[in-house]
Amino acid sequence: MTARKITRLGQYLVMVLLAAFFLFPLVYMYVSSVKPDNVVLSDASSIRGFLPTPFVGLENYGDAIERASVIRSFINSAIVSGGIVLLGLVINSLLGYALARLRFRGRAFLVAIVIALIIIPFEALAVPLLYMSAKLGWLDTYHVQILPFVANPLFVYLFYTFFLNVPIAIEEAARIDGAGPLRTFVSVVAPLARPAYATVAILGFLFSWGQFLWPLMVTRGIDVRPLALGIGTFKTTPPVQWADIMAYAALMTLPLVIVFLLFQRLFVQGVASSGVKG
Amino acid sequence: MVRHNGTTIDPSATSGGPGWRASEVRAAWLISAPALITLAAFIVVPFALAVGLSFTNQRLISPLPTRFVGIDNYLATLGDPAFWNGFVNNVVFVAVVVPVQTGLALFLAILVNSRIRGRVLFRTVYFLPVVTVMAAAAVTWTLLLNPTGLVNAVIGVLTLGGAGPDWLGSTTWALPAVMIVSIWQGTGFQMIILLAALQDVPEELHEAAELDGAGSWARFLNVTLPGIRNGLIFVVTVTMILAFRLFDQVWIMPQVPGGPLDATRTMMLHLVETGFGEQAIGRASAVAVIFFGVVLVLTVIQRRFIREEGEAA
Repeated sequence: MTARKITRLGQYLVMVLLAAFFLFPLVYMYVSSVKPDNVVLSDASSIRGFLPTPFVGLENYGDAIERASVIRSFINSAIVSGGIVLLGLVINSLLGYALARLRFRGRAFLVAIVIALIIIPFEALAVPLLYMSAKLGWLDTYHVQILPFVANPLFVYLFYTFFLNVPIAIEEAARIDGAGPLRTFVSVVAPLARPAYATVAILGFLFSWGQFLWPLMVTRGIDVRPLALGIGTFKTTPPVQWADIMAYAALMTLPLVIVFLLFQRLFVQGVASSGVKG
Repeated sequence: MVRHNGTTIDPSATSGGPGWRASEVRAAWLISAPALITLAAFIVVPFALAVGLSFTNQRLISPLPTRFVGIDNYLATLGDPAFWNGFVNNVVFVAVVVPVQTGLALFLAILVNSRIRGRVLFRTVYFLPVVTVMAAAAVTWTLLLNPTGLVNAVIGVLTLGGAGPDWLGSTTWALPAVMIVSIWQGTGFQMIILLAALQDVPEELHEAAELDGAGSWARFLNVTLPGIRNGLIFVVTVTMILAFRLFDQVWIMPQVPGGPLDATRTMMLHLVETGFGEQAIGRASAVAVIFFGVVLVLTVIQRRFIREEGEAA
């Protein structure tokens, strides 16, 4: 065997070990979710933890639905995430387009403001937002979970840089035909920007699906609470049934995993574009 | 934080024609309005409010009138051992997680950037934890880190029968447990950003260095690292900021949030307990302002430091 082959083999070995580290908790989670409760903990310390025996099918999922109202929470998460992503796509892209293409006084100033806003973490705003929400009577609603996240300076900025790089000639044709900025945007520019929309939609979904801190502060009870908070229900209501918890966790993770596996390229592009280029 | 790559077109120079008529300027403001109003209402106003409220005794619900209290909230916060306890935990967390996670992410990025069969599959696997909801990851790891759980079983095998700690029940090991979950979940994201940076390093630079007789280590130090400088700056900054935002894990994993005995208390937990638990909006706003200050200072210092280094090179 040549030195080159040995190096390559070594690299595979390292990559496989690392893959095991990143994969085993997920495998463990899904396997435990189809086993009886009393076995999950006793199997925890052996290789049997990775074998789906004894197999109880979707029984734990049924328990999770009954005990923790998974379906209700799932719908809540879908409404909140969907609202954030869809509304966000519309308003962030419109602002990004205006900043990139339209000429009006104050444009450069607005671009600077948007860039400055990117560095303010949500957590620095959570307390005054809680105060505002309480004053407005918004607690325990969907919109209190949606509206603060709809306009996103990072997403405005991603659209802005995308539109800057769209060739101008296409729009000029539409403008000569007499279309105003909004018409030009909707009929000509937005369809070209499909990759940017996909990127932002995926990042928005990734950032909003598992939200924990904000819904913890502004929702009580299960009526409008998203999935991530439901996990707490199990820990506070004994007995702790690990198989049910794993089923719940598996269900909560599933939508993101599916979207990721389907649109992997877009995910990777999206994450990369949230970083630095060049 | 984010920078585009210099190939931007100046819109005023390229929009062509005689420019927008007055009606079109109105249209520009109209289509900007939804996002601008929302940004103002949910970022600018709350930010100003955080600063303003931090000088008052405001409570979430209170029959008493709001009073200006000067810097009392800041003094109270800075004199509160619980705040410092959280702050120190954040600093320890940053000191461990930032170098480990950045190093690991870079290592992974280099591995999946090599021309090796199956690299896309490996990239997928390394990225999977990123699409795992943190709450789900946290409970799964709570089970794995159980005293009789899988992690300790592995430790037992590796140390020929040695016993692993009661991770989340121990004041020494609870914070490392939280670090493990955070690194497990966060590394894939940073790997992708560094991978994009690696792929932007021109191949010719590597070839030139190789012709000059540079070994692979020398090429890594002199070509790769300078080539991905911007990516590294971004990753280190973002990981640092995320580390100071640490909350979900320390709320979910220990028996008591921040426990045992405040071993996993963080600044963010302190903020939530003060503002949401005690409903002391004024004092929590002071914590929020201090938190923002920390994030801002770290970002500025670090950027300057790295830029100077780059200029000296």
